[in-house]
Amino acid sequence: MLTNISNVLRATAQRNGAVALVSARTYADFTTEASFEIKKCDIHKLEEAPATQVVMTRDEGLQYYRVMQTIRRMELKADQLYKQKIIRGFCHLYDGQEACAVGIEAGINLTDHLITAYRAHGYTYTRGGTVKQIMAELTGRRGGIAKGKGGSMHMYTKNFYGGNGIVGAQVPLGAGVALACKYLENNQVSVSLYGDGAANQGQIFEAYNMAALWKLPAIFICENNRYGMGTSVERSAASTDYYKRGDYISGLRVDGMDVLCVREATKFAADHCRAGKGPILMELQTYRYHGHSMSDPGVSYRTREEIQEVRGKSDPISLLKDRMLSNNMASIEELKEIDVSVRKEIEDAAQFATTDPEPPLEELCNHIFYNDSPMEVRGTNPWTKLKSVS
Amino acid sequence: MAAAARFFIRGANSKLSITAIGTGSQCSFGATLVKLSPSSNSRTKSQRRHAAHFTFQPDPEQTQYGPTQKMNLFQSVTSALDNTLANDPTAVIFGEDVAFGGVFRCTVGLRDKYGKDRVFNTPLCEQGIVGFGIGAAVAGATAIAEIQFADYIYPAFDQIVNEAAKYRYRSGNLFDCGNLTIRAPWGCVGHGSLYHSQSPEAFFAHCPGIKVVIPRSPVQAKGLLLSCIADQNPCIFFEPKILYRAAVEQVPVESYTIPLSQADIVQEGSDVTLVAWGTQIHVMREVANMAQEKLGVSCEVIDLQTILPWDVETVCKSVVKTGRLLISHEAPITGGFAAEISSSVQEECFLNLEAPIKDDQLLNPVSQLLVSLNPRLSTFLLRSSYQWRSARKRHFVDHPIRKQHPDGLHVPSVFCILKTVTSPLH
Repeated sequence: MLTNISNVLRATAQRNGAVALVSARTYADFTTEASFEIKKCDIHKLEEAPATQVVMTRDEGLQYYRVMQTIRRMELKADQLYKQKIIRGFCHLYDGQEACAVGIEAGINLTDHLITAYRAHGYTYTRGGTVKQIMAELTGRRGGIAKGKGGSMHMYTKNFYGGNGIVGAQVPLGAGVALACKYLENNQVSVSLYGDGAANQGQIFEAYNMAALWKLPAIFICENNRYGMGTSVERSAASTDYYKRGDYISGLRVDGMDVLCVREATKFAADHCRAGKGPILMELQTYRYHGHSMSDPGVSYRTREEIQEVRGKSDPISLLKDRMLSNNMASIEELKEIDVSVRKEIEDAAQFATTDPEPPLEELCNHIFYNDSPMEVRGTNPWTKLKSVS
Repeated sequence: MAAAARFFIRGANSKLSITAIGTGSQCSFGATLVKLSPSSNSRTKSQRRHAAHFTFQPDPEQTQYGPTQKMNLFQSVTSALDNTLANDPTAVIFGEDVAFGGVFRCTVGLRDKYGKDRVFNTPLCEQGIVGFGIGAAVAGATAIAEIQFADYIYPAFDQIVNEAAKYRYRSGNLFDCGNLTIRAPWGCVGHGSLYHSQSPEAFFAHCPGIKVVIPRSPVQAKGLLLSCIADQNPCIFFEPKILYRAAVEQVPVESYTIPLSQADIVQEGSDVTLVAWGTQIHVMREVANMAQEKLGVSCEVIDLQTILPWDVETVCKSVVKTGRLLISHEAPITGGFAAEISSSVQEECFLNLEAPIKDDQLLNPVSQLLVSLNPRLSTFLLRSSYQWRSARKRHFVDHPIRKQHPDGLHVPSVFCILKTVTSPLH
């Protein structure tokens, strides 16, 4: 994560070299690091909890801010492009949940493994995808991260196994990835994300059992955004203590709106796994501002006031911003500068995503089977043969 | 060619305003189609093709079931469920988000009318939903389960195939779950992508003990759904989701049934039999009209309606009459249900066949994969039915309608089959 974010930062610094120099004069006045009291995690079958007193450096804070802001702006842009009918099909937005993606990434290494469901844009970015690639994937263009063939739900990059469309189906895969980590003894961990809705799928429990039985380095993370599609957690789950639902698996309940809480808990969980103690479960209590998908206005099963209250009181970006400002870790102008450059990056990416050509028709049938020599595939009528290359 | 195709794709996107499927008031793709179709008449032919890959053709109004009301397909499903809940106190409806209407609005208002103990939401757990339905049905309730998309039915595959289908047989008729009906939106929609476009009827057609039914219109949907609910076997009822709003008919308000396992001859003809089900019936009707206009070929169009157990008799009788059979479905061609029909018909009607039976499908053998690709590309594929139609024409040309061989002998079908195998076209 840090490498990734610092790469992003470095690139920006290079682009805006002059600005960085000018501002550098004033940076010396800022606090370089500060200690913060964060909310204590609820624990299940654990002797100790993640630290509640944590240190964040100014650089880290700026990085988190930039990445969260990028994800937020990217999702809002996707919303806009969807409404303009430039993005088609299914699209699930991540705004509101940014602290989860950023916090998790800050708590593991880029060499660790991550798999999630269909709300995947944020993770694709934190795992190393670029805004351009993500936006172009959303619009189904050639420059997309899955060559424009996957769309919103199916994005992949190194050590990021997608982007999976079926509720809960990615979790056993994540356990399998953890098995590979253990077998290869590479000290890596596998993070499997799912929502509160998916937490009721049977295969999640099958994955828990295998992971615990074989003590796999698997972190199961339930992003509890309070609604599984249109049904609130209370109406769909007998126990809403998602962190305890691994029963024999240790668990943590974490404030998913606070990037530092998520980071500390993830570090704790990763250490747990790397120490050979087997899997661990985390429940991140978070909130999505948008509806379940673009066709869900998101207000038929919850009130507008509820959304406004979360936005007003526990927005992850505002929380971080307030912390940095009140501790003299950054200036308003500086954060605004980040906002401006993020906006520009998003605009450029959107521009790219709307002008990049679509995948050529020759690509249509590629990657169906593994094949050394091209395979012939029947076209839209029996007399059209298309080539399939993998 | 590729450039032209891209132009079409782009054209399709700029002219269409279909939004995604899902909850709430924005679920308007069908409405958009309805809205588009009248105005599209004034457009040029190539533009019209972009509106949809088919034109819904309502059946003539039927009055034998009492007063009718204008309904689209999702409303006719609601009406069927409404009748069931009113007439059968043991009927319960459950599934993901059904309490407030379901993502396709099929259960709108039912919870308020019949209570939250009879129409209720389940967690997101398809295997659990079906298993639960089997349990409720075996204990005497009329269980109507909704799987939100046919594409999500696979986690429940074991419950359907191993538990539901075999309950009666393995208990020596002591127990059964005949009161179970599983409803699921089915089929392509234009940009549904990988997990919202599939037509999985053939998977279930391999399993004795369940019935699989797919309607083509609101009137058929209501009658067939009520038959499924009344039928003493577990039934899977697939609803063509593209028709939910696009198909509007005068539907009887009261309860009525349309018999299962009985194909419907939608249009009589003498030269070739066209078999299809669901949305594809409307494509076939158009093909039949084209064949009549352009080639003077008279087509008999049959809506199979029940995929399992299917109406062999109606299809075979028709083939005996016409000597030619063409089957078309949305699902992939390899192992598709057309193959089953084709095999049965060649066995029953071997000496009556004038040409090899033709299986066809909307897209191609990997259509499900292709639908998954770019939503734009899949839109293109669906729109490419003009190519598809010309393919049909080709078939007629390759196998000209000739009741008699020039020598006055009956054309042996084996000749045609050999021709198929050696033909570079196949």
